Amino acid sequence: MPYNEKVMDYFLNPKNVGPIVNGGADAIGKIKSSDCEDLFKIYLKVKRMKNKDIISDIKFQTYGCAAAIASTSMVTVLAKGKTLEEAEKITKEDVAKALGGLPSEQMHCSNFGVDALREAIKNYRKAH
Amino acid sequence: MVKHRRIYLDNNATTSIDPEVWKVMKPYYLKNYGNPSSLHSMGQETRKVIEDSRKKIADFLHAKNPEEIIFTGGGTESDNMAILGTARKMKRENHGNHLITSNFEHAAVQNTFKHLIEEGFEVTEVPVDSEGIIHVEDIENAIRSNTILISVMYVNNEIGTIQPVEEIAALADSKGIIFHTDAVQAFGKIPINLSESKIHLLSASAHKIYGPKGLGLLYMRNKGTLPKIGQFIEPIIFGGGHEFGMRPSTENVPEILGFAKAVELAEKSWAEKEPERQKLLRDDFIKWVLENIPDSSLNGHPTKRMYNNIALRFKHIGGESLLLYLDKEGIEVSTGSACSSHFKGPSHVILALGLKNIGAKESLRISIGKSITKEDMEYTKIKLKECIARLRKISPLTN
Repeated sequence: MPYNEKVMDYFLNPKNVGPIVNGGADAIGKIKSSDCEDLFKIYLKVKRMKNKDIISDIKFQTYGCAAAIASTSMVTVLAKGKTLEEAEKITKEDVAKALGGLPSEQMHCSNFGVDALREAIKNYRKAH
Repeated sequence: MVKHRRIYLDNNATTSIDPEVWKVMKPYYLKNYGNPSSLHSMGQETRKVIEDSRKKIADFLHAKNPEEIIFTGGGTESDNMAILGTARKMKRENHGNHLITSNFEHAAVQNTFKHLIEEGFEVTEVPVDSEGIIHVEDIENAIRSNTILISVMYVNNEIGTIQPVEEIAALADSKGIIFHTDAVQAFGKIPINLSESKIHLLSASAHKIYGPKGLGLLYMRNKGTLPKIGQFIEPIIFGGGHEFGMRPSTENVPEILGFAKAVELAEKSWAEKEPERQKLLRDDFIKWVLENIPDSSLNGHPTKRMYNNIALRFKHIGGESLLLYLDKEGIEVSTGSACSSHFKGPSHVILALGLKNIGAKESLRISIGKSITKEDMEYTKIKLKECIARLRKISPLTN
């Protein structure tokens, strides 16, 4: 098995599967990987509390391999409840570490989940 | 605790060893382990085992002479021997340096031709049609005055389509071109009668037909000699004189015997109409999927297809993801070729059908075996539908 137990768990029982429908998302980030045509989508709900923009809800949808699905789900878990500034600082290494490691040839998958989150934050800032 | 069932539907990748095969092999590991080249009694007995097995398999293929069968270390080795051995010998004797193959061969053939390009050969890859069938006219149009070898697979390993190899063989033979077929997916499943065929070289493997892994064969017509050309093939490895000098290495006696037994059982299963039983399961499953799972389609020709191969495509979900979801339910399938499922690139076979990258990643191969029941297939239908629904919920392409 090329994937560890945690990756398999996040793949088979992913947390925060989207889309955000009730009231709609405040912003969406979409990334397409150029090499394997995987698609990563992150939906954000943001609340302003004590002068800070907090991610109150976050969901994802991914088309791709097990590593792509597991790592985007992990991105949403890591970002939930964080401020936009904190969420922006999440790296692909953070995601891979939280998943207990990814096979080297699939390390780039965690990159795209992070990129989709940053794209969503960028789109939120543009609109608000 | 509920015991999970396991349904093995990857019989185009490999099969279990039939207990009857294992039974005949076992004593040749534990009791009679003599080297067939030894002159003592144990050696003489194992020599007889090899020659009896060779005769049995030669008869099964309707080969003229048992010595036309060479035992090898597997299908890949047979393909390499046939292609490298013929191309190099024919080129050195100035017969030409042009080779023809298809664009959806198994890696064992495709990568051997890639290597020959580096050795200075010219290779034409003839495309297949959108249903995964090679057209004889396309092969004919690719033939040049310096063409020395044509290699086309009998049955495709990913989508199970059956190729018109006998027609291509007849065409090649009429033009004095050597014809090789990788028959790994066909041997023991489709009757092959070499007495009525123009095939010059044929590769087969034991582990796809309930025989042992690590054993194959190469059929060489007239031991690799043709009237007009003479000796057209040379060995690619060198050592002692085993297998008529073509494949030096101490013979794998138990596996050779196991291969012969597997062939005998294959013939028996034909008499018992096992192919027809699997074909009914195949057709019922395909029909059910196309009617009950939205955005599903069949890869490859619906009827010119191996009786146990089901190759499907489900829009908006990756084949690898679906495979792993089914595995969790105890159902073992493949995305295409077992050899390439750890390699993330889209399948060259599916791309050859004219599908884009994304379609090539959405494929799933289900291959039935003799232990699979109607009930297993019913269970698989339900689980397949469930897993697809779960994955489509995760896919951004569905909304």
